[in-house]
Amino acid sequence: MPEDVRTRSYPVGIAGVALGELERSVPDDEAPPLPPNARLNAIGRSTPRLNGPAKVTGRATFTVDVKLPGMLHARMLRSAHPHARILSIDTRAAERQPGVRAVHVIEHPLGRANEIPSPGEPDAAHRRVRYVGDPIAALAAVTPQAAQAALERIVVDYQPLPFVIDLEDARQSDAPRVFDRPVRTEFFLGPAPQLPQHGNVHGPDTSASRGDAAAGLRAAELVVEGEFRTQVQTHCCLEPHALVADWRRDGLTVYISTQFTAGIRAELAEAYGLPLNRVRVVVDAMGGGFGSKSRIGNYVLAAVELSRKAGAPVRLALDRREEQIDSGNRPSTVQRIRLGARRDGTLTGVAIEAYGSAGVALGASVGNFAQSIYECADFALEQSDVFTHAGPGCAMRAPGNVPGAFAYEQVIDELAERLGLDPITLRERIDPSPLRREQRRCGAERFGWSRRQPPGSSPGTLKRGLGMAQSHWPALIQINSSCEVRILRDGSVEVRSSVQDIGTGITTVLAQVVAEELGLTPQAIAVHIGDTDFPAGPPSYGSRTTASITPPARNAAYRALRLLMQVVAPSLGATAEGLIARGGRIGTADGSRSITFREAAAQLRNDQISAVASRSDDYGGFGRRMGDAAIGRMGLGGVQFAEVTVDTETGRVHVERVVAVHDCGRPMNPRQIESQVHGGILQGISYALFEERILDRHTGQMLNPNLEQYKILRARETPAIEVHVLENYQGNSATDAYGIAEPSIIATAPAVANAVYNAIGVRLRVLPMSPAAVLTALGRVPSRSAPP
Amino acid sequence: MNGFEWMSPGSVEQAARAASATVATAMARRSGTPAADAAVLKAGGIDLLDLMKEGLLAPRRLINLRTLPGLDRIEPAGGGLRIGPNVTLAQLAAEGRLRTRWGALADAAGGAASPQIRQLATLAGNLLQRPRCWYFRSRAHHCVRKGGDTCFAFAGENQYHAIFEHNGCAIVHPSTCATALVALGAGLKITDRAGAKRTVSLEEFFVLPELELQQENRLASGEIVTAVELPEQRASVRSVHLRYAETESFDWPLADVAVVLDLAEGVCRKAAIVLGACAPAPHRARAAEAALTGQRIDEALARAAAHAALQGAMPLSRNAYKVPIFEALVRRAILAVLAA
Repeated sequence: MPEDVRTRSYPVGIAGVALGELERSVPDDEAPPLPPNARLNAIGRSTPRLNGPAKVTGRATFTVDVKLPGMLHARMLRSAHPHARILSIDTRAAERQPGVRAVHVIEHPLGRANEIPSPGEPDAAHRRVRYVGDPIAALAAVTPQAAQAALERIVVDYQPLPFVIDLEDARQSDAPRVFDRPVRTEFFLGPAPQLPQHGNVHGPDTSASRGDAAAGLRAAELVVEGEFRTQVQTHCCLEPHALVADWRRDGLTVYISTQFTAGIRAELAEAYGLPLNRVRVVVDAMGGGFGSKSRIGNYVLAAVELSRKAGAPVRLALDRREEQIDSGNRPSTVQRIRLGARRDGTLTGVAIEAYGSAGVALGASVGNFAQSIYECADFALEQSDVFTHAGPGCAMRAPGNVPGAFAYEQVIDELAERLGLDPITLRERIDPSPLRREQRRCGAERFGWSRRQPPGSSPGTLKRGLGMAQSHWPALIQINSSCEVRILRDGSVEVRSSVQDIGTGITTVLAQVVAEELGLTPQAIAVHIGDTDFPAGPPSYGSRTTASITPPARNAAYRALRLLMQVVAPSLGATAEGLIARGGRIGTADGSRSITFREAAAQLRNDQISAVASRSDDYGGFGRRMGDAAIGRMGLGGVQFAEVTVDTETGRVHVERVVAVHDCGRPMNPRQIESQVHGGILQGISYALFEERILDRHTGQMLNPNLEQYKILRARETPAIEVHVLENYQGNSATDAYGIAEPSIIATAPAVANAVYNAIGVRLRVLPMSPAAVLTALGRVPSRSAPP
Repeated sequence: MNGFEWMSPGSVEQAARAASATVATAMARRSGTPAADAAVLKAGGIDLLDLMKEGLLAPRRLINLRTLPGLDRIEPAGGGLRIGPNVTLAQLAAEGRLRTRWGALADAAGGAASPQIRQLATLAGNLLQRPRCWYFRSRAHHCVRKGGDTCFAFAGENQYHAIFEHNGCAIVHPSTCATALVALGAGLKITDRAGAKRTVSLEEFFVLPELELQQENRLASGEIVTAVELPEQRASVRSVHLRYAETESFDWPLADVAVVLDLAEGVCRKAAIVLGACAPAPHRARAAEAALTGQRIDEALARAAAHAALQGAMPLSRNAYKVPIFEALVRRAILAVLAA
């Protein structure tokens, strides 16, 4: 904590609703309080993406476009069996193939749960593969074709073992075991807790429970219950997982499509025992990650290892099938919810029993949604992972909260109906968030919520329904986030950080922040990011990029500008403190004397002045701190309204319209925020209606490992979307900005499900809400066949 | 994908002589490995390239039919139309002459795939494409249609599979144009290596697995489709093709149906009703046709005919939901023809 602290007044509250002021004690070197967006020039304005033209004209360089001299092409050999012991691997024939430069056998795969080794056991000598697609080896050759041809010459002697694909089968005590011994795994925020493990069931984790849920349920005047099932969804990034690894004597450079350059650098340095200054990680344009490009995976280590062996750069890009079977997924869940309430809606007790499968990994959770969103002192959550012989799950956009909200928001909807309350009225009584209160009011008005009719009352075969649901997500911040701002002697400005733009637009936001501080236009700022040669920035996951990197960017700009003002103050006959930067000029506050920014920079003694700033603590403190990350005191919310039609003869659900009201602190670039909310809603509808990984229970093969049979929302399934973003000021940082990625997907599936219920009067408790599921729920499927 | 040679023949006869196999015979192998020495015909190349990229087909040579002259025209023939095999789906969807009496074909062509694919995909290629069954499309499953011993769909994940006529193999025929053309009574002109020509009705051209497990039609190696012939229809004939898929953009249908009715003052003189995506070949719903013939059609009769169309359906473990969908679609298609 710096010694110099001063008290300043910050805007707080929701613009247009209730805006006040709050005194904060903040370090003296923080940039001064920003007024609300209405009084700003660059921040809060809808600014077109600075890299938009390069992207739409094909000039942008994605990782798959990187070509280095002498670059080799790698492919990976993957298990054809869902479960087998590898008795031997013979790579000699592959090594002799023309054009092959290196072969690497993977002995200790990452990205899944691992048995705690117990030396001396006979099985320890042989690696086991545990899902179809489990990586076994990789090789690099002079062309992709040569690599593929050589791959087929690697001889693997498998001893097939019994396997289990189905979640319910896997829970049985006599099911084939995925792991014979207790496992350990690493979550993002450190090692996962050690939990009981019986057969394939790992858990339960009861750490979120509080009070006495059984007593709470006994005290209830009304109990609502339901069992919900959600499917496995895959990330479907437009750009595949890809890297070019370039191992040289003086260090390792990796060009990689990643959500966390600095994290990849740290992981690679650790894996190879290299100092951080010998590892450089670079990413330019990126085509999405959704959580699946957060860490090094087997493909990354394979490419690096091949580059080291071959002494040449190695390119490895997963194909679409590999993307679908082995780049992570959103795990399945089964959730049994019992919720007790009094007649006035007060929740007296909630008990949730959940299990799900992340395949060979852990993490099939229902998130922190139910435990956080509504007031209830007596709450029990027991959740377990069930191992199956399937590809590992990993974080995917609002992990846990997406399936969690699908179930819980439907139970709340049902409670409202049983109590004879409007779903909004019930939430007014149980939701303590002042933000969502305003979001419900604003959304209901824009959506026309008053048009909603009683469930199932829509006439005809094409039934119309209206539904709503809410979103909750913690405000995450990476404290370990730094940014440099340089003012060059020609008056140009650059921003430098290793933070990466995964497609969500932080490039443009950084330009806006620095432009605001320096009195320039965003287009005048060169943003150089996605390179660990620059100060280490935050990861782009957990909706934390904007909250983490914009405050240091503004503080760095502020400090660099102070240095510049000290240089030019004498020439303006003023003190540095008396100068302001505005409209491309630096001058006295009364405007009587000024010079252009370029003239000011020309007075520099050196080629540049530079300031580096790091993320300060939130001015009001954090809610919780976890290593490099922290959780803000106030969560992020959102309310979404959906209007659907359901064809009761064919089972098709069509979402016609979605109105979304969200908050993300101070909105930095409304157009980009809207764009990201659109993405969340579309991915949410796609999850609700179409997407599902289908594994063949008899062979363990994924049957839809492509974007044809894996159904995904496309143009004609896209509804009219209206986004409204509240300006919510909290006086927490130099920008007071937060993220939007994850809050924007959480409410979509339950809003659609509640609208479907309103349309047909039958509740869909299974995802996806496919024609088969809808017709089955309506009782229209002939009974001679089991429901799908 | 394997490397291959490219051949541009100068004539249909030369192309026929150069072909050593059909796609089906190049794929169906006891060993499970596609033939490495096959020379196969390529029109639009949409399905062909898909099969090659998946490693299901590995021909030594592709014979490009696309540049052969005169095969991409739609011409009057008698009172009907002769459609060249290289006519694209986009051409068909935009063809005004189809709109009056052969509307079902324009509907089917215009609803298939995506705009990009419709620009490249040819009508003959569409009729001859291989099924989309995910076991058939998986290299890891050596199914009966590829020369193996098992149809994995029966005991496996069969939500998109057949509900009729799945004796030995549960694929559904993928072509919606075939559904429409069978209902319209279309025929194919075929030329063989020796230059001999034959004409076959489309309905007889497609075969069921009980007769032929490894191909969906009666095209022999070295044969080339040179025209699709649409017979004359009376001025009182109207037709409609409806498709229903999980997504409306670029998806394979769960159900599709073509209805061709000859209506005189509200009375149905003649009816053809064909269901697609329900059987290994386009499935003629004769009971439904009989229910309409000679009758004045109203909503109740359409419903009864639709119900009749699904009599005898034999859903598998996960696809019974297709039955009510087909019933709704058949009824809607009949009523749509009335309104046309």
